[in-house]
Amino acid sequence: MVEKKYIGKPIPRLEDPALIRGDGRFVDDIHRYGQLDAAFLRSPVAHGMIRSIDRSGALALPGVYAVYTLADLREVLTADRLPLQFPSDVLPPNISPFILASSEVAHVGEPIALVVAENRYIAEDALALIDVEIDPLPPVSDCRDALAPSSPKAHVDRPGNLLIDFVQEYGDADLAVTGAPHRVKVSLKQHRGGAHPIECRGSVADYDRDMRVLHVWISSQLAHEARFFLMKMLGLDENQIRVMTPDVGGGFGSKFTVYPEEVAISAASLLLGRPVKWIEDRREHFIGSIQERDQYWDIEAGFDKEGKLLGIRGEMISDGGAYTYQGINLAYNASTNVPGPYVLPNYKLKVSVSETNKVGTAPVRGAGYPEGCFAMERILDAIARHLSLDRAEVRRRNLVPASAIPYETPMAARSKSKIVYDSGDFPACLALALQKADYAGFEARREKARLSGKWLGFGISTGIKGSGRGPFESATVRIGRSGRVSVYTGAMAMGQGLKTTLAQITADQLGIEPKDITVICGDTSTIQLGLGGFASRQTVTAGNSTHLAAKEVRAKVIAAAANLLDVPSEKLEIQDGRVGEPGKNRSISLGEIADSLAGAPGYKMASGLPPGLDAAVNFETSALTYGMGAHAVELEVDPRIGSVKLLNYVVVNDCGTVINPQTVEGQIHGGLVHGIGNSLFEWMGYDDNAQPFTMTLAEYLMPTAPEIPHIDVNIVEYPSSKNPLGVKGVGESGTVPAAGAIVSGIEDALREYGIVIEEIPISPARIFALVKASSENTKAGLRSTATA
Amino acid sequence: MSEASDPRIISINVDGKQHSATAEPRVTLVDFLRHNLQLLGTRVGCEHGVCGACTILVDGSAVRSCLMLAVQAENKNIHTIASLATGDTLHPLQTAFTKHHALQCGYCTSGMLMTLVEFLHDVPDPTEEEIREAISGNLCRCTGYQNIVKATLDAAAELRRAQGK
Amino acid sequence: MKPPPFEYFAPTKLGEAVNLLSASENARVLAGGQSLMAMLNMRFVFPDRVIDLNRVPELDFIEQDVDHIAIGAMTRQRTLQRSAFIAAQMPVIPKALRYVGHFQTRNRGTIGGSLCQLDPSAELPAIAMAYDAVVEAEGPNGKRSIPMPEFASSYMTTSLALDEVLTCIRFKPWQGRTGSGFCEFSRRHGDFAVAGAIALLEAGNDNRVTRASVTLFGITETPKRAHDVEALLVGHRLTADLSEQASQLCIGHATLEDPYGSAEYRGHVAAAMAKNALEEARCELDLHNHE
Repeated sequence: MVEKKYIGKPIPRLEDPALIRGDGRFVDDIHRYGQLDAAFLRSPVAHGMIRSIDRSGALALPGVYAVYTLADLREVLTADRLPLQFPSDVLPPNISPFILASSEVAHVGEPIALVVAENRYIAEDALALIDVEIDPLPPVSDCRDALAPSSPKAHVDRPGNLLIDFVQEYGDADLAVTGAPHRVKVSLKQHRGGAHPIECRGSVADYDRDMRVLHVWISSQLAHEARFFLMKMLGLDENQIRVMTPDVGGGFGSKFTVYPEEVAISAASLLLGRPVKWIEDRREHFIGSIQERDQYWDIEAGFDKEGKLLGIRGEMISDGGAYTYQGINLAYNASTNVPGPYVLPNYKLKVSVSETNKVGTAPVRGAGYPEGCFAMERILDAIARHLSLDRAEVRRRNLVPASAIPYETPMAARSKSKIVYDSGDFPACLALALQKADYAGFEARREKARLSGKWLGFGISTGIKGSGRGPFESATVRIGRSGRVSVYTGAMAMGQGLKTTLAQITADQLGIEPKDITVICGDTSTIQLGLGGFASRQTVTAGNSTHLAAKEVRAKVIAAAANLLDVPSEKLEIQDGRVGEPGKNRSISLGEIADSLAGAPGYKMASGLPPGLDAAVNFETSALTYGMGAHAVELEVDPRIGSVKLLNYVVVNDCGTVINPQTVEGQIHGGLVHGIGNSLFEWMGYDDNAQPFTMTLAEYLMPTAPEIPHIDVNIVEYPSSKNPLGVKGVGESGTVPAAGAIVSGIEDALREYGIVIEEIPISPARIFALVKASSENTKAGLRSTATA
Repeated sequence: MSEASDPRIISINVDGKQHSATAEPRVTLVDFLRHNLQLLGTRVGCEHGVCGACTILVDGSAVRSCLMLAVQAENKNIHTIASLATGDTLHPLQTAFTKHHALQCGYCTSGMLMTLVEFLHDVPDPTEEEIREAISGNLCRCTGYQNIVKATLDAAAELRRAQGK
Repeated sequence: MKPPPFEYFAPTKLGEAVNLLSASENARVLAGGQSLMAMLNMRFVFPDRVIDLNRVPELDFIEQDVDHIAIGAMTRQRTLQRSAFIAAQMPVIPKALRYVGHFQTRNRGTIGGSLCQLDPSAELPAIAMAYDAVVEAEGPNGKRSIPMPEFASSYMTTSLALDEVLTCIRFKPWQGRTGSGFCEFSRRHGDFAVAGAIALLEAGNDNRVTRASVTLFGITETPKRAHDVEALLVGHRLTADLSEQASQLCIGHATLEDPYGSAEYRGHVAAAMAKNALEEARCELDLHNHE
């Protein structure tokens, strides 16, 4: 029997001792001998044709080693464009980014030239000396306007701006909606914004001419995929390139793709035979890193007199940006997540993804799930308004009941099999959230606050997040002759405490403390396959691979020890790194066992076991596991100025089996605050010429500590039936339902005005305008009957 | 440009030790610390004075080192995260941060801690609201701040205990 | 985001600084650096020379001078915020400083720097306007005094000549039975205000307002004294009705329009802020009454 000691415990993190002293080693901390610094010349216009590039001034500047254009890099590149990250046979060809633009520039920030210099200061001086002449072309700014026949084209060589359209449907939504006793329509503009980890992107490429190996460090969420991209783009094989991942200062999706810059830097190192470092600065992150951006939703729901959904149909337009890095995953996720934890018998959403002259879009924390959830939550609030029903009651009536779990939804996943909610109790989670937030006592609090001129509101929302995206994640667990237990994985660490999680899982099998386990993530020389960190997948995938590998190693340890100690294996236990019979004196260390399995020249393997003390497992999963979150928020709005103050926020989240309750709670905090950002603050502003203008962190607003109320996180565990550990991913769960709850709360606070919020983020100025319009309508007698 | 723009030897006192390196006057203090002096604990997040990742102490005051020139730090006492622990003994803030999971990726942590060092010196018994206001100039994208506040309350109590208050 | 090359000078005397400034056609004065360093890092400005005033001790002072207070241009915002003397003489200053950036920026930022930057949403220029402060400048041709309304020329532009250094700001604190109020609304704590208001009131023993200063900021290119509001208040007791009337008058003053908010919105925010500021000032007046 293995006594579970670490899984489920809030053990101190392995990552902390170095980080807390400032001894983390992030990509900018890497300094290679002879290293040069790079800077990219980027397009100042959203759309145009490059007429000429004159780099003579830059090349003449002392301290400049090279100024590269695409033509120069072609010497080592196999293609001008990146491969598409998720190969697709439905998307048109030639939609991915160029390594450097050479003819058309399609967004502000598109890289045109690469300067390599002694240091970044000189490199930036050189940028100013490069003369680029660009003939401007009309830019496309709005993704909906992009689809109008009269719209200019985002790319000159394309017939139009429609990248792709598809229909997500099941049942007969047209029939269900038109035949329903009641209908509501909801129109939404959803905007999410950038990832903005506090550490921007970066890469160091060091081509060793002597050994003919390219060493690359990237602040990345996908080391193995990065290696694949670099191999493909530079014509190298696995032996000629090693990708390593230093400490990563957050990713949130922006580091889950391979960018032109990383390829260009590596190409430069090959050409120069010198290490080249590029660190993205914050301004570059605004114009060169992927964002989630606008989605326009026009949807209609049909429902019965009880408020039960009969069908939803409509259209959604999603901004794809100028180039596609990944695929249609973002729009696809949003469209499949509309039903969420609710019973929706019929559904049809026509989705169009359009190209615009802004930087490409791809998933940021939440990956389209927040948008689908928000759409559904708005519909449910509209139904409540229409029928004068309590919003919580409408949700209760529509939630998938516990008795129906596991619930096969009518929706098909990307793999074509049906989406199944494997475990959970959705009504119970909602009830708990409402109870913890004292929903029952809210009306009394609201009245009392009104007496002192304060407008309180209560917001409710629930959402679901699929996690554990397959097909697998790699893990090898190895005990070396030193006795060191190591875990190697293609999973990626970016602050979520992955190393601690995997160490806890391993420690439970191998009878040592997690802090004595070394976990190495994202080093392509230690493990050959890997997919990386995204979609809240790694505890499920890498966690289970590690668990199964550790179990195999344990079995081998016991078998070898049984042989070496001459004791039946069922009597043996591992305690504090030693294997022995409890209560007896004789024991043998893990290191000694590893040693015994390393072989001695000329001798047969003593234990009769094969050599080595390791196991590699790629736990495969094809279906996601689903965890539901219920949010309840109490807030205060000042209608005079449109300000919103969050007072108390309750989250109930099904996290499946919890490996480390402290880090799981931390993920929910972080995810929720990102969701708060998307609801109230984060707006990436562009003008009609697709020129970005929120270009500093003083204009692009992320929440700071005073804006965040106390968050009451209630973790519930409905173990997943989809993996041996029963775990569910939580990295994005906190984000998904946030906007629905906050917007619901604002509308509730201002219910006397009867405003309806159709966009996020919602700003005070916009709230003010809605209140004003409503007041004017009332005065003019135009407003229809208010409903609570 | 003249001599006045040329690189010169800049000598600054960091964490109790005198360091010198040659740099142009335009080099920011954070870049000088990190690249000229190889003192890597202080981090760069935005280079326009909003995120607070680069916060260090200059003569005891928390300052954004991306908004100071290295030359301006001469004859001043600079303290970075490296000065907090004494050998194996962590500063109470560091202990509390670790205990309460107040860091995730750790990138904002250096700046966050230095901000709190000055704050707790000035306000040894803060309320939660005061802590939130004190760190309002430090962005964290990972933690959502709640555990940072919790850790700070704990560290403040520990500091008061240690000083016999 | 690295600064472009520049000549750097760190004079130790004001006279030196003036000479250095007047010798160049493209020079910038570096005070607290909280604005200029960001602009240099973003390469929004390309000065040939940067003249650092941080080693000029004669510009860092708070002095009582007969009937007014002189504050040196290089006085740190932090110093002002912690000064018991300032708190006693002009209590609205520490109230406002709590909203000026963050405490880290106040550790370096100066009152002179803030006034020269003249951001429409900045609190310190508004304070100077509220008090009818007089700015002192020194150039190669000598010193001059500039009243605040003249100093605050237009959008982020002062009336300082290119070769002048702002040396000091003179405030005349209000005496007698006075009250002050400060209120601003910003998106997040420490952000530039969407709109704000500063109210200074003086009243007689009969509670009628004898003097009023109402300054609105964030809604026009430069901080604005709402003289119409002031005129409405003088001679009357500040009742809730009058306060409401006064605040409504503020709405029309707003002219700033940008993607973050319309002039109309700003005006309404200013009105709400003015109401709060007046209320706070009135409470302080009442406190005086009870002393």
